[in-house]
Amino acid sequence: MARALINVPAKAKRGEVITIKTLISHVMESGFRHNQIGVRIPRDIITSFTCTYNGEEIFQADLHPAITANPFIAFTTIATESGTIAFTWRGDNGFSAAESVNITVE
Amino acid sequence: MTDKRTENLATRRDVLASAGSLVGGGLVSGLGLATISVAHAQAQSTPAAMALAIHKIAGEATVKPGKVKLDMPPLSENGNSVSLTVTVDSPMTPANHVKAIHVVTEKNPQPYVISVRLGPRAGQANISTRMRLSDTQIVVAIAELSDGSFWSDTRTVIVTLGACLEELI
Amino acid sequence: MNAVRKRARWLAPAAVLLALAAVISARAEIPLAERRSGYADLAPDTKAMQDDDTSNPGMLAVLDGEALWKTKAGNAGRACADCHADARVSMKGVAARYPAFEPTLSRPVNLEQRINICRTERQQAQPFASESKDLLALTAFVGMQSRGQPIAPPADERLRPFLDAGREAFSRRLGQFNLSCGQCHDDNWGKRLIGNIIPQAHPNGYPLYRLEWQSIGSLQRRLRNCMIGLRAEPYEYGAPEYVSLELYLMWRARGLPAETPAVRP
Repeated sequence: MARALINVPAKAKRGEVITIKTLISHVMESGFRHNQIGVRIPRDIITSFTCTYNGEEIFQADLHPAITANPFIAFTTIATESGTIAFTWRGDNGFSAAESVNITVE
Repeated sequence: MTDKRTENLATRRDVLASAGSLVGGGLVSGLGLATISVAHAQAQSTPAAMALAIHKIAGEATVKPGKVKLDMPPLSENGNSVSLTVTVDSPMTPANHVKAIHVVTEKNPQPYVISVRLGPRAGQANISTRMRLSDTQIVVAIAELSDGSFWSDTRTVIVTLGACLEELI
Repeated sequence: MNAVRKRARWLAPAAVLLALAAVISARAEIPLAERRSGYADLAPDTKAMQDDDTSNPGMLAVLDGEALWKTKAGNAGRACADCHADARVSMKGVAARYPAFEPTLSRPVNLEQRINICRTERQQAQPFASESKDLLALTAFVGMQSRGQPIAPPADERLRPFLDAGREAFSRRLGQFNLSCGQCHDDNWGKRLIGNIIPQAHPNGYPLYRLEWQSIGSLQRRLRNCMIGLRAEPYEYGAPEYVSLELYLMWRARGLPAETPAVRP
């Protein structure tokens, strides 16, 4: 499993807009580079990132080779209720990673 | 035989030209030489390809400047990682919100960078990521609103050429 | 730059020149008060990336290293934590004191080599390959326990010949460009080389995340890059020549705070 780093506040007030930051370990090989003997290195990227909040999708991103290695994505959501915020990354060569964090909303 | 000699000559001339700039520009151009050629070799997309990508995103709708703010450093230390933040001026209510944000670029191998879908639950239309820039170029952020309108902001980012490379290319 | 300096020197009266020549030819080290971490030269965005652990990609390696610290390995079936317990306590300041003298080898070893010695002798496991993901991760994890601590090379007399060798290597011209480390990093720091500001070349953030590499890497990888840049043939990873140079660089950076995992362009 690829290493991911998620930053979500553990606690939030109901209705508060919180920032979610995600970082995941991935080479994001663009498919446009060549090795030292001139052979093209095949593309190997994360193509899709999804975030759900208690099962409901709140954010989705399609990634292209122009996204840096170890993709960083930050976005916001309204803290609606206590529960689980889950993250899924999918990509080339069957790449798949998932993480989740709990949030307490008061 | 003649052809081969011409070829060798051309090669040698290229080498001499490189060496000339080494001497002329001193150490500075010497270490940077390889980087310059890499940056150009990788630039494949064109402003036309970007326009086509925008057309695919917005269809027949007009993309108007405004409402969107694309934050990027004017000068990047390394094209491998340039931070970007897109903020859209929107109340983010069920009736009036940002549905999608797209980032496209002019001179990368492909115009597409990232496309995100969001909605009123985001509270704010504010996303950040990091992107690659193969060369100095313009980057466009486009927001699709729930009323079907499209808005954009454009930034030019200068990619400085690094002096110290991993390998000789 | 050197040409200008040289010309100025020859314009000076001959008597003064003779007295000065010996002084000038020995390269002046950066005065302690003027030393600064490469962090000072970063663009605001790169600084922000290093400042926030949740956006610093080097932290991915630190997390991997933390997991390895607790993982039992080798025939001994022991984890780092089984001997060293909580790294936050036991490893605090350790990275700031490496390279250190290793009596069994009669020479200094760097932190990566120290970890591999522990691995082969204490854990009875295969050593990690140079620059491998696991070795970088464990080194970054141990290194981070010294974050904010001053670089403090050991005052160990046994290190002196190696420190001198490193200092000598730093001033030795090499490669097709015929330049020494010091000609850039002592004499011309703060100026621009293409788009980059020439740093003072302090090793206080390794292993670090380099945007050019798009990954975390060791100080030896960086030294290797410098040698390639000078069109010199780099040493093999782990070569004693690198370790001596690392020792001198740490001595030269003494007192600067450790930043592992730093971010650099």
